[in-house]
Amino acid sequence: MADQAEFAELAMPYMSALYSAALRMTRNPADAEDLVQETYLRAYRGFGGFREGTNLKAWLYKILTNTFINTYRAKKRRPDEVDLDDTEDFYLYRRLGGLEAANADRTPEAEVLDAIPDEMVKDALEALPEQFRMAVLLADVEGFSYKEIAEIMDVPIGTVMSRLHRGRRQLQKALWEFAGERGLHPAADPAGG
Amino acid sequence: MDCDEAIVRIYQYLDGELTVWRRRAIARHLDECPPCAHGFDFEIELRQVVASKCRDEVPPELKRRIAQAIGITVEEERRGPEVV
Repeated sequence: MADQAEFAELAMPYMSALYSAALRMTRNPADAEDLVQETYLRAYRGFGGFREGTNLKAWLYKILTNTFINTYRAKKRRPDEVDLDDTEDFYLYRRLGGLEAANADRTPEAEVLDAIPDEMVKDALEALPEQFRMAVLLADVEGFSYKEIAEIMDVPIGTVMSRLHRGRRQLQKALWEFAGERGLHPAADPAGG
Repeated sequence: MDCDEAIVRIYQYLDGELTVWRRRAIARHLDECPPCAHGFDFEIELRQVVASKCRDEVPPELKRRIAQAIGITVEEERRGPEVV
């Protein structure tokens, strides 16, 4: 079956990205595996309706998102429609001592960022309420455009923008708080004292 | 354009979702305002860090399960002389 080989060739390379996204969505490896498997099965069944020339990655993420919402929301009945307070601009940058930053190509803040453990970034992203988490994940980790995210999440572009705005700021706040809990704030660095 | 006007559009600017005209106006402000330029650079760095640290490896068992469910053979998964 030619379709089968074509599907494998085109869709399988996205498995790693889809699995990472599924982990952030479900926050649980067993659920993430089931979600990715279900996504591939649905995508395979629907592959006949996929039009060549359209964005396969966005199409796969739409299936992933819908499957997640249908499966996991069904358990919860209603989504958490929460709102987030608007955090100040440059939240993290200001706390890392920015604004008087050096003129060097690599700022000290950038080095602090590199030193953040992977798990902490994942935890901070996973701490965001669902609709903000999805928007930030799709934009900042997967690099989708506003229009693509609007289509994947089935919301207006203005909603995407506001979720990104709040979600990104909240992510900075979470990173800063998690870093503090682990004694990773620059001023609290025990190695420095 | 002042700092507030630039910062309010920071994400649209960094996301490449502004018209050329607005993009240029922000770029001009950043040229003239080192504090804003540093803050914008930091946001770019942060995004790269978030993207690169949020990657997870697919369990080989999942790859096999999916391939099997679809009915395809994943060539690179075949290793050794195992005979089924």
